[in-house]
Amino acid sequence: MKNGARILIESLKREGVSTIFGYPGGSVLPIYDELYDSDLQHILVRHEQAAAHAADGYARASGRIGVCLATSGPGACNLVTGIATAYMDSVPVVAITGQVPTGMLGNDAFQESDITGITLPVTKHNYLVKRTEDLARVIREAFFIAGTGRPGPVLVDLPKDVNTREIDFKPPLDEEMQIRGYRPTFKGHPKQIARAVELLLEAERPVIYAGGGVISSGASPELIALAERLSIPVTTTLMGLGCFPGDHPLNLGMLGMHGTEYANFAVTESDCLLAVGARFDDRVTGKVDTFAPHASIIHIDIDPAEIGKNKPVDVPIVGDVRSILADMLAMLKKDASHEVWVERVRTWKKKHPLRFRDDGSLRPQMVVKALSDALSPDGVIVSEVGQNQMWAAQYYVFKKPRTWISSGGLGTMGYGFPAAIGAKYACPDSQVFDIAGDGSIQMNIQELGTAAQYKIPVRIAILNNQYLGMVRQWQELFYDRRYAYTELPPVDFVRVAEAYGVDGIRVEEKEEIAPSIRAAMEAEGPFVLDFRVTREENVFPMVPAGAAINEMIGGHKQ
Amino acid sequence: MKPHTLSVLVENKAGVLSRVTGLFSRRGFNIESLAVGTCEEPGLSRITIVCIGDDAQIEQVIKQLNKLIEVIKVSDITENDRVERELALVKVNAEPGSGRAEVMQVAQIFRANVVDVGAKTVILQVIGDTDKIDALEKLLRQYGVIELVRTGKIGILRGSKTVKSGK
Ligand SMILES: Cc1ncc(C[n+]2csc(CCOP(=O)(O)OP(=O)(O)O)c2C)c(N)n1
Repeated sequence: MKNGARILIESLKREGVSTIFGYPGGSVLPIYDELYDSDLQHILVRHEQAAAHAADGYARASGRIGVCLATSGPGACNLVTGIATAYMDSVPVVAITGQVPTGMLGNDAFQESDITGITLPVTKHNYLVKRTEDLARVIREAFFIAGTGRPGPVLVDLPKDVNTREIDFKPPLDEEMQIRGYRPTFKGHPKQIARAVELLLEAERPVIYAGGGVISSGASPELIALAERLSIPVTTTLMGLGCFPGDHPLNLGMLGMHGTEYANFAVTESDCLLAVGARFDDRVTGKVDTFAPHASIIHIDIDPAEIGKNKPVDVPIVGDVRSILADMLAMLKKDASHEVWVERVRTWKKKHPLRFRDDGSLRPQMVVKALSDALSPDGVIVSEVGQNQMWAAQYYVFKKPRTWISSGGLGTMGYGFPAAIGAKYACPDSQVFDIAGDGSIQMNIQELGTAAQYKIPVRIAILNNQYLGMVRQWQELFYDRRYAYTELPPVDFVRVAEAYGVDGIRVEEKEEIAPSIRAAMEAEGPFVLDFRVTREENVFPMVPAGAAINEMIGGHKQ
Repeated sequence: MKPHTLSVLVENKAGVLSRVTGLFSRRGFNIESLAVGTCEEPGLSRITIVCIGDDAQIEQVIKQLNKLIEVIKVSDITENDRVERELALVKVNAEPGSGRAEVMQVAQIFRANVVDVGAKTVILQVIGDTDKIDALEKLLRQYGVIELVRTGKIGILRGSKTVKSGK
């Protein structure tokens, strides 16, 4: 005989889970009691939102499924932002929540909330388990659904009596998972793939537009091979950074609203756009009618609903990105050089580099560049949201997939620090830095407590401009510099860190940037760098909302 | 923009209807009519949804519905040869001597059944496509429609074609 809580823990271990992020409460007491004797590592966060973000960061850094745990009612509700963040960026997370006993469901019992109802639109699927007998199967299904097809978060809600009831339990056999209504397409259609190859060979000005799907399917080697064999310049979305080496001659960096001028020019001029694991998000396309206006579009995605959603497509290919790119490579009978085009793109790159003013003051971009120089290619950069995120995306040279972790779709301030904690558990041997703004970091700064308690060596680089910088930038550019409620009084983050028992230093001169980063990297525990940067720096270039992506402000004169 | 009839085969599980309808409201699609019931296969239900949209919108609805784990199959049966029916129960003012005879006559023309006769009212049951029921309602209005209940449209393909599982 085993109770539900024990069955849960055994099921998690069978799925290969080693670390979970959670916060206890009444309805999950039986689970915590089982965790007490278990060799599953449980990290006690300081706010459930952080548990969800940490599970998400763990998943993004490792490619495995992240797990978080919270009690019913307020605990479960606190997970919601984290679950929605994972959903928007297709991150495999399994969230386990406590619930009031089955007999009290629907009675507005103490700490009851309809968390399956609440998370319906932000989960790939969710379950309310009403019988202990179903628990093991549901956990198996939850992991299978979270991690296959287009990944995403799955929530499992467990009433207290389901966890306490004892049943005669035999673990389910490891037979192949069969869920009737869930059969994601894996192989791409060979005819469509052949058509795509043909189009790319015929094209004069091809561009690859690569997104997060390349990373989640592990398709970087195939992408690099295809780009090299056909000499196609590659631009990546915010989510795709790292899927193609930032220092590769064919790399164009990020496209879209804060993309590079050359990436946006190349897409606009292109006659054949290969979109891989990307979803034509409005931050990428700008005015969608003028996005890649001369190009035939090939779109590879695992999710059929993404194809044709925002932009009509000429060659749709549904399936796993890696498998499809491998099939394309196998079909290539010859290589291509696209010399004239590649040369033209190279000239743009030379003439329109990313740039910022260097007048001797400490500018936020310098911090990102210094981090890029200091960390090895395995170093992991996590970001918050706002200007800090965009500068990180623009100026850090990512060389490997899964080294860039950022909330793209939802744009969740407060994501970075807890996600960095999760990433550190996934990659204990890598340096992990959260590039933060002074606004964002204060949304989950309580996690300094978690980092201190477990001596987690994550580093936070705060680009402290005493503004909600990105909002201030929009107010400067589009609201006549009326800075309505975007100024933040200075916070002494070194002293905040100290209160939690965490070391840190304040940096005010640009000469101190590199040494301070070195000090942070050498610290044994967590470390806070409080960079007092120029306050009214803007992220450029920028495509104003609703404009075409080649109409950038803050770029070079043509 | 025209009405599309979608036949959706789902697992008969708690919450599946709210997943389906939630998807429509979340993505900004309107449901014109909705009918749910069990079907020939134990454990499954069939939902017939009528919604209005252009082809791209309907395609997106179908793709999004297909992503729901508990949805087994979705078919747009609008373009196919099909039978569609709706049932309505109408409670009409029909006092003896003042309109009752005329109401009965209207019922006859529409092949509606009188399923209840009260002191001042009668209840008619009519089966047909949406237009027929709309037309009947319009005619009865002059006598005073007290209450109208409609099932929502259900549809089935003619001949040997089916909307069955095997997604
Ligand atoms: C939870 C949340 N609330 C509000 C916003 C809107 N928002 C986007 S960027 C931004 C400012 C971020 O300020 P800060 O963290 O200081 O970063 P900076 O832009 O100055 O680098 C705000 C408020 C958001 N993205 N997330």
